[in-house]
Amino acid sequence: MTLSVRISQRLESFTLDATFEAPAGVTVLFGRSGSGKTSVINAIAGLTRPETGRIEVDGTVLMDTDTGTWLQPHRRRLGYVFQDARLFPHLTVAKNLGYGARFAPKDAAPVDRDKVIDMLGLGGMLDRRPGTLSGGEKQRVAIGRALFSAPRMLLADEPLAALDEDRKAEILPYFERLRDTFDIPILYVSHAAAEVARLATTIVVLENGRVKRVGPAGEVMADPQITPLGPGAAGAMLEAVVLAQHADGLTELDAGGLRLLIPQVARQTGDALRVHIEAQDVMLALDRPEGISALNVLPATVRDIRMGDGPGALVQLDAGGNLILARVTRRSVDAMGLKAGQPLFAILKAVSVARDAVGV
Amino acid sequence: MTTWLGPAEWQAIALSLKVAVWATLAALPPGLFIAFALARWEFPGRQILNGLVHLPLILPPVVTGYLLLLTFGKTGPVGSVLEPLGIVFAFRWTGAALAAGIMAFPLLVRAIRLSIEAVDPKLEQAAATLGAPKGWVFVTVTLPLILPGILAGAILAFAKAMGEFGATITFVSNIPGQTQTLPSAIYAFLQVPGSESAAIRLVIISVAIAMLALVLSEIAAQRIARRVRG
Repeated sequence: MTLSVRISQRLESFTLDATFEAPAGVTVLFGRSGSGKTSVINAIAGLTRPETGRIEVDGTVLMDTDTGTWLQPHRRRLGYVFQDARLFPHLTVAKNLGYGARFAPKDAAPVDRDKVIDMLGLGGMLDRRPGTLSGGEKQRVAIGRALFSAPRMLLADEPLAALDEDRKAEILPYFERLRDTFDIPILYVSHAAAEVARLATTIVVLENGRVKRVGPAGEVMADPQITPLGPGAAGAMLEAVVLAQHADGLTELDAGGLRLLIPQVARQTGDALRVHIEAQDVMLALDRPEGISALNVLPATVRDIRMGDGPGALVQLDAGGNLILARVTRRSVDAMGLKAGQPLFAILKAVSVARDAVGV
Repeated sequence: MTTWLGPAEWQAIALSLKVAVWATLAALPPGLFIAFALARWEFPGRQILNGLVHLPLILPPVVTGYLLLLTFGKTGPVGSVLEPLGIVFAFRWTGAALAAGIMAFPLLVRAIRLSIEAVDPKLEQAAATLGAPKGWVFVTVTLPLILPGILAGAILAFAKAMGEFGATITFVSNIPGQTQTLPSAIYAFLQVPGSESAAIRLVIISVAIAMLALVLSEIAAQRIARRVRG
């Protein structure tokens, strides 16, 4: 499946002018608030109408101003999970779930409803009404409701933004499971780097209504030139495998030969997972430091340096084939004489890897 | 009972109920449509339509009744067209229902419009993304959510229709058995010396019907609200 978008639309404060293509998997529209992410997803859903452009999902043209094609929202078959769950207050959870099912075309792949209910843990709340559900439960029902309508693709507009931290931690794994167990492409809007690092297959970076970069998640996250939330929030994403669980509460990971110790994650040996490493947690040293408390000292090579406008700089490192970002001062870059190709050591405190920075 | 109320009084009560029920039922579909248009659509003449709907509320009822007579009377522009088709309003109970319906219309539209404005259009958007066409969205999402407003508007309209006097007596006069509704009958009794007791009996009946309608609507509204809020 591919999503192909080319739209232009005047908005209140700027002009949205976005063109991108996305392959299967989870595509994240990434950018700060007001960058036009929601406008893009609403245009795809047909809730707003761009002045010019063309949108195609999986060979079906949803809109094309050149040919005058315009598919009504209810004919697009895109499941939309809104930030505010938007459940129907007068219907039970079961009826909310079933609302879109009658409109699923006969030739669509049948939805395994039991599997959806089971995966989202909805079994116990089918007879309840939305008014009695917590925010996290509502969002789970909203995901299920979208899946039941047998959509071509799932759209999610910051589905976690309205939830508190605990609820976020509760819902995010459902999206990971959705990505891994259901063969459904997802377009996910987010301005939270940790979410992006855990979910994204492809990242589309939006800035002031324009696409700044499209690429595989690992590459885009580790690009020092692309920092949609500012260099302070930059961070790379490592794909790793659980190597061992240690008795002292640490989990050892293997990322392409690189050994990494992080606080314990409840996973089996051999499980694959993703770790988001924030650039500001990474320290650099020219020589291997001795007698240091940090547990992760990783041999690496400098690939790219982006000097910031302020006192900071972002250094992109290659550590055993993994791309890592380190945020240091420009003064340090000068003092250490850093330049591309230079070997050095990246230092990462194990405890600086937060629990929500680790996903499957 | 029959000795307490004379046949003329029973006639007035039955006629009033008939007029009010028909006025309310007939006003509901256009009232719902116009309320929806005013709440949701932008179109030229929206303010004019809004003003027209509210006109019976502000005009003296006698003026509304006279305008109805001019329009729907046998020689009026609408009345003369309808008469050959066998539809006559002037001096018939149907005319009383028309007058009552027109007088109740603003109250009906206001109540429904407020409830439509309280429905979040985002819910309807969500329904559309699930594949539901517009008509289906209206029937399965909008309508159930505005049911309390429709009910409140209908009860208000019914009460107004039961009590309508000025426009009715101007448009269809005060013919016992034809157009003599409860208020007209009370008025007629008050014109005849010695009929005060009959008037008082009808007044008591009026109060009882109004109270009953209010209580019923209150019960129904609570039930619906509980269902809608979940």
